[in-house]
Amino acid sequence: MAMTEQQNMMRRLQVQSFALDDIRLYLDTHPDDQNAMAYYHKYLHLREQTVAEYVKRFGPLNSLQVESDSRWTWVDEPWPWEGSV
Amino acid sequence: MWLYEKKLQYPINITKPDARSAQIILTQYGGPDGELGASMRYLSQRYTMPYKEPTAILSDIGTEELAHLEMVSTIVHQLTRNLSLEEIQESGFAPYFVDHTVGIWPQAASGTPFSSATFQSTGDPIADLNEDMAAEQKARVTYDNILRLIDNPEVIDPIRFLREREIVHYQRFGEALRKVQDHLDEKNFYAINPGFDLNPHQGK
Repeated sequence: MAMTEQQNMMRRLQVQSFALDDIRLYLDTHPDDQNAMAYYHKYLHLREQTVAEYVKRFGPLNSLQVESDSRWTWVDEPWPWEGSV
Repeated sequence: MWLYEKKLQYPINITKPDARSAQIILTQYGGPDGELGASMRYLSQRYTMPYKEPTAILSDIGTEELAHLEMVSTIVHQLTRNLSLEEIQESGFAPYFVDHTVGIWPQAASGTPFSSATFQSTGDPIADLNEDMAAEQKARVTYDNILRLIDNPEVIDPIRFLREREIVHYQRFGEALRKVQDHLDEKNFYAINPGFDLNPHQGK
């Protein structure tokens, strides 16, 4: 089955986020590594762009990203364990 | 996925060590009605919650409990970090000290280790939410009892905050239970287990 646009964007977000999860640990033990710092900033920037687009199109990823003025869209499905995204 | 934020939910600055209070308060870390059990209870229960508002409440209160876990640990840490060996001997803290020094380890005030047997995840939304409401009341009583036993205002202040949150959580779980019941047969709420007998994405 073809991936939906939401699934595609979620995969991109997961890849970029995991790059940051992994470099975070490396930087914890190597806080002055210049290459690692450049890698961190590169993926941080990419992830910020993806998050902004994802949130705008598909709703909040965390409860401080609700963009609606009139409805608490945080409660809206799907939840990550439902397997649809 | 969670992302850690380097801040306490409520400020804690305790300037005087007190091993006796630390051992009592530690029960809200790993005791029968403590924050570790609370967090694991709600975060475990949410997978079989079929309705969105109660799912959000379980996720968000379960997450807040992680922050409370950190607050309780911080209180215990600040109460034990500058203890003298004399104070450890005299305060009754030695049995904990011999195993953990002044490390943080989840146990009840009595010394009983943390156990997931202190909470349930029944897979039934009505049963789970009733357990959650009871859990918040039990934690509130524990904080009430802690407040009877301590006299340092630097400790009392964050404990009062944690106690108040138990009452707010109780209220929100009550509303979540009502939301669940709104989906069920009002003549018999127990006709089905909506966490098992129906799939909201296929039914209705």
